[in-house]
Amino acid sequence: MIRVEGLTKDYGLRRAIEDLTFDAQKGEILGFLGPNGAGKTTTMRILTGYMPPTSGTAQVAGFDVVDQSLEVRRRVGYMPETVPLYPDMTVFDYLKFMADLRQVANAEDRVDELLERLGLLDRAESYIANLSKGMRQRVGLAQALVHSPEVLILDEPTIGLDPAQIIEVRNLIKELGKDHTILLSTHILSEAQQVCNRVMIINRGRIVAEDTPERLQDRLTGSRRVSVQVGGDGDGLASVVASVPGVARLTEKEDGRLEFETVPGMDPRAEVARAIIQAGYDLLEMRPYGVSLEEIFLQLTRDEPTPPQPAEEEMLDESMSDMKDLNLKS
Amino acid sequence: MINVWTIAKREYRLYFSSPVAYMLAFFLFLVLGFFFSYSVQIASSAMGMQQGYVPGVDITMQPMAVMLVLLTPALTTRLLAEERRLGTIELLMTAPVRDWELVVGKWLGAFMLLLTYLAVSLIYPMILNQLISPGVDQGPLLTGYLGLILLSAATVAVGVFVSSLFSNQIAAFAATMGVVIFLWWIIGVIGQVAGQTGGATELARYLDYSGHFYENLLRGVVDLRDVVYYLSVTALSLFLSAMSIEVRRWG
Ligand SMILES: Nc1ncnc2c1ncn2[C@@H]1O[C@H](COP(=O)(O)OP(=O)(O)O)[C@@H](O)[C@H]1O
Ligand SMILES: [Mg+2]
Repeated sequence: MIRVEGLTKDYGLRRAIEDLTFDAQKGEILGFLGPNGAGKTTTMRILTGYMPPTSGTAQVAGFDVVDQSLEVRRRVGYMPETVPLYPDMTVFDYLKFMADLRQVANAEDRVDELLERLGLLDRAESYIANLSKGMRQRVGLAQALVHSPEVLILDEPTIGLDPAQIIEVRNLIKELGKDHTILLSTHILSEAQQVCNRVMIINRGRIVAEDTPERLQDRLTGSRRVSVQVGGDGDGLASVVASVPGVARLTEKEDGRLEFETVPGMDPRAEVARAIIQAGYDLLEMRPYGVSLEEIFLQLTRDEPTPPQPAEEEMLDESMSDMKDLNLKS
Repeated sequence: MINVWTIAKREYRLYFSSPVAYMLAFFLFLVLGFFFSYSVQIASSAMGMQQGYVPGVDITMQPMAVMLVLLTPALTTRLLAEERRLGTIELLMTAPVRDWELVVGKWLGAFMLLLTYLAVSLIYPMILNQLISPGVDQGPLLTGYLGLILLSAATVAVGVFVSSLFSNQIAAFAATMGVVIFLWWIIGVIGQVAGQTGGATELARYLDYSGHFYENLLRGVVDLRDVVYYLSVTALSLFLSAMSIEVRRWG
């Protein structure tokens, strides 16, 4: 659905993104995770046909974003970071206008359907100027969905919302992920973790890691951390667990509870569970814990100043970033 | 093409859902009403009768031309500058709409408002037609209105272009006002000065924005050159507006 190769964009002398290569399959929710100024918005603007790249190519829904821009734009729904809307229009009129611009058949019915789906029915006649931030966000989403696009591109869709609204929007996005290919950007790690099937971490215009949230975690640490809890007292539990191949660095916590790490590349969790039960303990809980994407993210972007640097300076730093890439991708 | 209409319709409606359309109409018809009644009064006064003064259709068409030019900045400033300020231009530029469709749609929305004013202003010649015998001269009425339509089209297009260059509304308004005042009053003066010194007279006369209206169309003469002039200004301005959007894409 989305295929990007060697995408680079310079604003004058400033290089905003450099040599990005990635793709997104149909039905995937791909997360674009990075701090402010990483180049998320720039990439999205190229994919939506807002502006051409300096070099490299991008295809969305099978069409080239430069040569077949209109075809791409017909198939993409886009919610920009700032959720721009016309304050002096009513919600209904605005969505009708966007539907007409996209030449949606039976536009009024489609708008009604979306108002219902997004819980905006009672706001249909409200002026956008009078809407809360959360409501505006929904109108922005409705606008992006009005033509049932194959690809949805959402730039920081939960920014500026309160926690309840954030949960609501995330659930909505997961729901939308069933019918649409979604590329969303965020600088919130837990968001990427919760919502996305796959996460790309971008920093200073480069992709520094790309994988499922779980595998990213594995890749960085090379091992998992697992916490085990059994009922009653756990005498002898430690030795049972430690005897399973693949278990390392076991630590006993309070009674009946211990934590261990797995040997990189091995996943002994099923074996451990079996061993615990066979030894006669009541296994109450076994769950992974520990290094979150948050830590990965910090680790990935540590030592790198987030403020943007001019393109030339970026070149000097290249060897350093390359090393980082190697560590990660090997 | 349908996109042009979608965009134009939104703009046209928006003028009426804010005070803008009504306020401008108020000023416009206040001024026209003043000139109209003043001329009619003079004609019916003793002195006017003596001199055999019969008011013609130009008593409202002439001030109408000036008013259209002066009111246009208030209509066009918003068109693209506001989109830029709100950021909504990003959605228009990522919708399946060509840059020229966007620009022409904006132009058409404001142009249609001026056409509405022009249609309403026909009431003055109609009243005048009742007051004087044997009625008004139809020739200058038709060519005069043709001129007003062309003038509106061109001035709105110039306004769209200036609006495309700004995101600050006040700056856009001031710049548009400056440009229309330059076109309407100053080019003509430059032309006259140049004419006296025997410089590029022909060129200066050709560029005179108000001259094309006053010297022929208002007097009942349709010269193809005048028509071509206003249509060229319209086309060139809209072309430059589309370029201005295109250029910004390369940011
Ligand atoms: N229109 C622009 N002109 C010049 N520089 C820009 C422009 N937009 C973004 N940048 C720069 O490009 C870099 C990437 O920005 P952006 O894509 O907005 O990042 P993000 O969305 O990840 O915060 C930043 O250094 C930013 O300052
Ligand atoms: Mg951004």
